Amino acid sequence: MKKKIKVALAGNPNSGKTTIFNNLTGSRQHVGNWPGVTVEKKEGTFAYEGLNIKVVDLPGIYSLASHSLDEKIARDFLLEEKPDVVVAIIDSSNLERNLYLAVQLLELGVNLVLDLNMIDIIENKGMRIDIEELSRVMDVPVIKTAANKGKGIDNLKSAVKDISVREEKNTFEIDYGNDLENEIRNLSRFLGEKKILSRYSLRWLVLKLLEQDENILAKIKGLPEEKEVEEKVFESIAKLEKHFGYDVETAIVERRYAFLRGLVKECCHKIMGIREREEITDRIDQIVTNKFLGIPIFLGLMWFTFQLVFTFGAPLADLIDSFFGWLGGIVSLGMNVLAAPAWISSLLVDGIIGGVGSVLIFLPNILLLFLMISILEGSGYMARAAFIMDRVMHAMGLHGKSFIPMMLGFGCNIPGIMAARTLESEKDRILTILVNPLMSCSARLPIYTLFAGAFFAEHQGLVVFSLYFMGIVLAIVVARIFKSIFFKKEVAPLIMELPPYRLPQVKSVLIHMWEKGSLFLKKAGTIIFVGVMFVWLLASLPPGVEYAAKESLIGKLGSLLAPLFSLAGFGTWQAAVSLLFGIVAKEIVVGTLGTLYGVEEVGLKSVIMQHFTPLSAYAFMAMSLIYVPCIAAIATIKKETNWKWTVLAVGYSLILGWVVAVLIYQIGILFI
Amino acid sequence: MKALNKTLTGEKVEIVEIRGGRGLVTKLLNMGFYPGVIVEVISNCGYGPLIIAKDGMRLGLGFGMAQKIFVK
Repeated sequence: MKKKIKVALAGNPNSGKTTIFNNLTGSRQHVGNWPGVTVEKKEGTFAYEGLNIKVVDLPGIYSLASHSLDEKIARDFLLEEKPDVVVAIIDSSNLERNLYLAVQLLELGVNLVLDLNMIDIIENKGMRIDIEELSRVMDVPVIKTAANKGKGIDNLKSAVKDISVREEKNTFEIDYGNDLENEIRNLSRFLGEKKILSRYSLRWLVLKLLEQDENILAKIKGLPEEKEVEEKVFESIAKLEKHFGYDVETAIVERRYAFLRGLVKECCHKIMGIREREEITDRIDQIVTNKFLGIPIFLGLMWFTFQLVFTFGAPLADLIDSFFGWLGGIVSLGMNVLAAPAWISSLLVDGIIGGVGSVLIFLPNILLLFLMISILEGSGYMARAAFIMDRVMHAMGLHGKSFIPMMLGFGCNIPGIMAARTLESEKDRILTILVNPLMSCSARLPIYTLFAGAFFAEHQGLVVFSLYFMGIVLAIVVARIFKSIFFKKEVAPLIMELPPYRLPQVKSVLIHMWEKGSLFLKKAGTIIFVGVMFVWLLASLPPGVEYAAKESLIGKLGSLLAPLFSLAGFGTWQAAVSLLFGIVAKEIVVGTLGTLYGVEEVGLKSVIMQHFTPLSAYAFMAMSLIYVPCIAAIATIKKETNWKWTVLAVGYSLILGWVVAVLIYQIGILFI
Repeated sequence: MKALNKTLTGEKVEIVEIRGGRGLVTKLLNMGFYPGVIVEVISNCGYGPLIIAKDGMRLGLGFGMAQKIFVK
C-alpha cells in the first residue's frame, strides 16, 4: 500500500495556480462542488516516489480574512480538514502581496512549501530572488517554477514529499511590535489556560480575535466563556486603539505588509518599478478601458465571439442533427423489419434518439462559447469587460460582473446561469440567474426565423432584433422589481484586480473548455432525457393513439390550455402543444408544429400563415421568448440556487410571457 | 483630503481613510490598500470605474467604492 497524503494548493487569483494543478495531476482530476456551495472544487491525484498524493485546488484568494465565500471555503478547508502539506503559489512578479497570503498560512500553522511561480518572467528581466534567504527567514522550503513551461514541477513534487514528514514546528513569526505583542501574549495566556478553541493555532486565534474576524467571533459565541473572552478582547482592542489612534485590524495588516516590504527588499537584488513591470498592460488598458473606446471595443469582441461560435458551430450542429436524423431513420427501418411493436419503435426514435439529439445539438456551440470565454479569461480581458460594464449594469440594479452571464445567455442560458458563480454577493448572483432566461438564447432563433420569415419577410431582421431587445428591456424591468422586493440592499461595489495581460495557455484553455462542456452534458443530459421521456409518454398515451395526435394525453392537455391563449390570438391546441413541448427544449417548438400540422418544415410556412395572423404570430414569438426556461435551464437554476428561486423563475416567466403576449395582441388589435 | 473619484489620471496619492462596509474594508486592507499606502491613478475618466496601481497590482474600483476611499 502506498502512503497517502493530502496537499492543498493556495494562492492569489492569477498566480498560475491552475496551471500548477494541471501540471501536477495531468488528466487525473475531478471537478465537483464544495459542500453546500456552488464554488467549484478541483481535486486530482499523482504518484511520486512511493507516495499517493491527493491535490486539492483551493479557490484563488488574497487573504484568509474570510469575508468572501472563496476565502471562507479555503480557510475552512485548511482549518477543518488539515491537509498534510499546503503549497503557496506565489506570483514572483508580485512578491509582497503574494507572500502576504503565505504569512497568513504560516500563522494558521500549516506545513508550507513556497512556490515562486512565473519566475521566468522576472528572471528574463534581470531580477534575482535570493531563495536561500527567503527560505531561512520564513523557515520553509522555497521552490522556483515556471508552470506554463512545465519547469520546476519535479522539484516541487520532491519538496512536497520532503516536507510531508517534517517533524519540527515552523519557527517563523512576525514581530508585531511591543504594544501588539504584549496584548497577544496576554490573550494567548488567557485562551491557552482556558483551552478555548484549542484545535486552532493559538497565535492565529488571538490575531483573528484582535482583527474581529466574523467567523471566529461566531465560533466564540455560545461557549461558556463567551462573555469573558469578549471582555478581554475588547479591553485589549480599546487599549491598542487608544495607543495607535486607529483600528487594530488596520494596524495588524499594516505591520504584516511592513515586514514583507523589508523582506522583499532583502531578498530581491533588483526591484522593478511600476512602469517597467506593467508597461504593456497599462498601454493596452489605456485603449480598452478608455471612456470612448472601451464599450465599442468590448461590443466588437462580443460580436466576434458570437460570429465565431455560430458560424463554426452551425455546420457542426447540423452534422449532429443529420446524424441523429439518419440514426432515427435506420432504427425505425430496423424496427419495421423486426416487426417490433409501434410503441417500441416510437420510444426509440421519437423519444430517446430525438431527445438525446436535441441536447447534443447544442454541444458544438457550447464548447466553442467556452473556448472563447477561456481565451478571454486567460488573457485577462474578462476582468476588464466587467470593469467597463460596471456602470451600465449598476443602472440595471446588477453588478459589473453580471454582464458576462447575461452576454452568455444569448448563446445559451445554461452556461450563462453557471457563469453567475463569479459574483461574490449571493444576492447579486441570484438576481442575475433569475433574469438570465430573458436573454434570448440561440434555441429560440428557429421560432423567430419561421414566424418572422412567414409574416414579416421584408422586415425579418428588424422583427427578430425587436425580440432580442424586448428580452433585454424585460430583464431590466424584472431585475428592478425583484430587487425592490427581495434584495433591498445595495449592489456590492466593484473591487477587482485587473491582472496583467498574458497569452492564454493552449492546454489550460482546452481543459477549461472541456470541464465546462462536459458538466453541461452531464447535468443537462440526464434531466432533458427524463423530460423527453415524459413528453413522449404523454404524446403516446392512451395506447393505440397516433403519436402526438389531438386524442393523445398531450393533445387533450393542449385543447385544455388552448382557450387560455385565445386572448393572445393563438388559441389552437397545436400552438398550446408546441409550447408545452418547447419546455423540453425551445427548438422543439418548430418541429412540433410540423408534426401536428402534418407537414415537413419546408411546407410549414404556408400552413402557419393559415392559422396565425401577423399580430398573433408576433404574440406567439414573444410568448416563446419569455415563457418558462427550458428543462435544462430549469435544472441548472435548481442546481445553482434552490427550489424557491427555481419556482419563482418558472412562475414569473410563465405569467410574464402570457401577459406580454396578451397585451401585444389586445393592444395591436385596436390598431389593426 | 478628497475622495478617490476626484483624482486625475496619473496622479500619485496617499490613502488616508477607507469608509464603507466592514467586508469591503477588510478586503481592501488585505489586498494591501491601507492608510499610508501610495497609489497611482492609472485611469479615471471621472464618471465611471477607475483603475489604481500599487506596485505591480492593478485594481479596478467601481465608482461607488471610489467615493468611499479618501486620499491626499
